[in-house]
Amino acid sequence: MVPITTLHYLVVAAALFVLGVIGVLTRRNVVIVLMSIELILNAVNLNLVAFSRLYGLHGQIFAIFVITDAAAEAAVGLGILIAFFRNKETVNVDEVDLLKW
Amino acid sequence: MQPVATTFFFYFLALVTVISGVLVITRRNPVHSALALILALLGQAGLYLMLYAPFVAGVQIILYAGGIMVLFLFVIMLVSIERAQKEEQFNNMWVVGVLAALVLGGLFTGVYVKGRDLFAGREIALPEQSNTQQIAVLLYGNYMFAFEIASLLLLVAIIGAVVMAKKRI
Repeated sequence: MVPITTLHYLVVAAALFVLGVIGVLTRRNVVIVLMSIELILNAVNLNLVAFSRLYGLHGQIFAIFVITDAAAEAAVGLGILIAFFRNKETVNVDEVDLLKW
Repeated sequence: MQPVATTFFFYFLALVTVISGVLVITRRNPVHSALALILALLGQAGLYLMLYAPFVAGVQIILYAGGIMVLFLFVIMLVSIERAQKEEQFNNMWVVGVLAALVLGGLFTGVYVKGRDLFAGREIALPEQSNTQQIAVLLYGNYMFAFEIASLLLLVAIIGAVVMAKKRI
């Protein structure tokens, strides 16, 4: 039986990262785009915690800071989404084209 | 304490996490996506526990699955989803999406195949009982400044969210 090494965790994190990137690029719903960003941040967190197994606790500290950033980003992003929905009655990213000319 | 059935739990949690991730980006109803994301976050908390990071696992469950996801669900209920559900869910960027996935996947595979000796079998034994204590020592010692900046960032985010969501200021 193959022992579970750091590489296994990195592969899981890579899969989550790729899923998040696909979600950000292809979905139209802003809420799901934000959720895909959370998936990407979580993949990075998993990498950091997996490497903290090799190099000491600093990776876990960074994971906590990344979680803080994710909370701030979600709050501001969802605030923007509410403001946008109030003005245009839609949640689709490709209808957000006020700055396009 | 000696861990038991590590292989089984790793593959179980990894499967739960990845399948929930796929569900997040494929479901039509955003509420289902949010619930799948909660499952993915919980599976990932289990992976953190297996990596001897109980504090990060607790923060993940309380803050992510309990805090951020409640925020997401509230916003989903604030914006009406009936109309959005009837529309096309994917934009015409799927070529770019598939391309990015292939390039990123190839990049990760290349890095991991080339550098697999770098992270093979050098795991240091992290103490599980004093994990929270050691994180606190580091957080209030080495990372004091970053900690204060993080609190400032959260303050800015709170004010920003209130200003954004307010009807008129």
